[in-house]
Amino acid sequence: MSRFDLLGCAVAGCLATVSPAVGQVAAGADGSVVTPRRVVSMNLCTDQLAMMLADEGQLHSVSYLSQQGRGSAMVEQARKYVPNRALAEEIYLMDPDLVIAGSFSARVTLDMLRRLDVPVVVFEPAGGLDDIPDRITRMGEVLHQQDKAARMVADFNAALAELAALAPPEGARPSAALYSANGWSSGSATLPGQIVTAAGFDLVADEFGMAWGGFLPLELLAMSNPDAVITGQPHPASSRAEEILDHPVVTHLKAGRMQGIVSEQDWTCGTPFVLDAIERLSTARLDATEAAQ
Amino acid sequence: MTRLMLILSGIVLALGAGALVIGPANAPYWDSLSALFVDDGTPLTLVMREIRLPRAILALAIGASLGMAGAAMQGYLRNPLADPGLIGVSSSAALGAVLAIQTGLAAAFAFGLPLAALAGAVLGVLLVLALAGPRGASITLILAGIVVSALAGALTSLVLNLSPNPFAASEIVFWMMGSLADRSMDHVWLALPLIGLGLVLLATLARGLEALTLGEDAAQALGVNLTRLRLTLVVGTAAVVGASTAVAGTIGFVGLVVPHLLRPFVGARPGALLWASALGGAAMLLAADILVRVVLPTKDLKLGVVTALVGAPLFLHLIYKTRRQMA
Repeated sequence: MSRFDLLGCAVAGCLATVSPAVGQVAAGADGSVVTPRRVVSMNLCTDQLAMMLADEGQLHSVSYLSQQGRGSAMVEQARKYVPNRALAEEIYLMDPDLVIAGSFSARVTLDMLRRLDVPVVVFEPAGGLDDIPDRITRMGEVLHQQDKAARMVADFNAALAELAALAPPEGARPSAALYSANGWSSGSATLPGQIVTAAGFDLVADEFGMAWGGFLPLELLAMSNPDAVITGQPHPASSRAEEILDHPVVTHLKAGRMQGIVSEQDWTCGTPFVLDAIERLSTARLDATEAAQ
Repeated sequence: MTRLMLILSGIVLALGAGALVIGPANAPYWDSLSALFVDDGTPLTLVMREIRLPRAILALAIGASLGMAGAAMQGYLRNPLADPGLIGVSSSAALGAVLAIQTGLAAAFAFGLPLAALAGAVLGVLLVLALAGPRGASITLILAGIVVSALAGALTSLVLNLSPNPFAASEIVFWMMGSLADRSMDHVWLALPLIGLGLVLLATLARGLEALTLGEDAAQALGVNLTRLRLTLVVGTAAVVGASTAVAGTIGFVGLVVPHLLRPFVGARPGALLWASALGGAAMLLAADILVRVVLPTKDLKLGVVTALVGAPLFLHLIYKTRRQMA
């Protein structure tokens, strides 16, 4: 490996993304890799994949966020595990043989755990639908549940293909705007954006060249006059950032069009739950088309 | 006199029309204006009536409020450094508004938000007047203002940081710098009654403030009731500043810059300066709000940034002049 490769590696943070836990999962006496038996996950999205794939008793703790209704799609299941707040001290005392973190987890916490000889695996968040099979497969490898993961990937791909078949052809697709706090609108290069496009919509953010998302002034949202405006659930207690979602213009644009579409827990993480979100959106689109005829 | 009024009104009208036709939607000017009056079923009518019209009305009303409140306070304290933003009245109003929003009072009843801001502003004015004394010497006035601003600002930040809403903490910037982005007609109806009441109260001060230029004894001899004058000033200022801050955050320096610029044109008469500053304040805020839309249309550049960039150098100049007079 040349110096430049190493540099590139450091910049891209690829140490965190190369195949999981190489040299970190202890090898058994006969050379076979020992299956982790006491796993701690400290990120909302890795929590869900781990809960879906882990064997009974293999997963010890998940993040407290997974036990809260907002954001988590698996509140009930998560209550069976010990909650953690992603603090190094607390996690070390749980004596895990594997820690699974997201790339947004605090770097100092992960460094501390590594210094204490706790194996740590870092998952990048899924940037789109294509990343989901990859994340499932990788979680399967990390937990040594490759067969379960392979079945889940096959089911996911089949269901996604089925939903894709329902989408209308180019030119007949209604337009939708994802609109969230501060007027942020996601485009087709993001996971929420791909959920919407997979359900057969064109995205308003893409019209404005914001595939990665951007701030869409209220005026431009009104002028683009989309067929559906998709907003999220507001957080508890009010804020000016989310007040925009109750602005008369947004209310007006939502009224009389495709109703009851909100982005919620199923949209947050790259897990098979996104299929439910796509299905609900597709149904809303089909209902609206039928009503129009 | 009437010439100044005509010129200022003309500027306000021109800027008001500008505020209505300039925006990210970038429609032809004539189409925009006709869509405002005739509902042609296009989205442009929605943009004009629900986004640009409330924004222009609020810029006009809040600018007039801040300009007139500044002129009134300067007339009463006979001190050109008095400005509701500088002496902490706006910050206290913001604290009241933030408390109302975070405790749910604003959602519980319609006028909870502006009334809570009014209460905050009243406390702020009373505190500053008590600390600065009746004549309001420059040094005590500014020091009192610093204390009240710092305390109210810190408490506002504390309340927002304690909020369970993840976006609340980032709103500290809004409450400290002010913005009219994404305001709606709801905000106009919330703010306008109190602003109207406050402007009428402040306008009645004209005769009293003119008499006060002769000194307190002379003013009393002329039949001015100083206690009532003071009470009207406190309630009027608190009403306009409270209602303005509740919907637009803290916008500083308007009440400082505008009276200062217009004073020579009205022969330094505080009574005439009141309405001139109201018009001038409206013009300044309309211009600032057009500027933030032209410079950074998608970034919500805060209004207070623009007004402070214009106001701070002038403030320095005023301090320099005051220092020379005191020496």
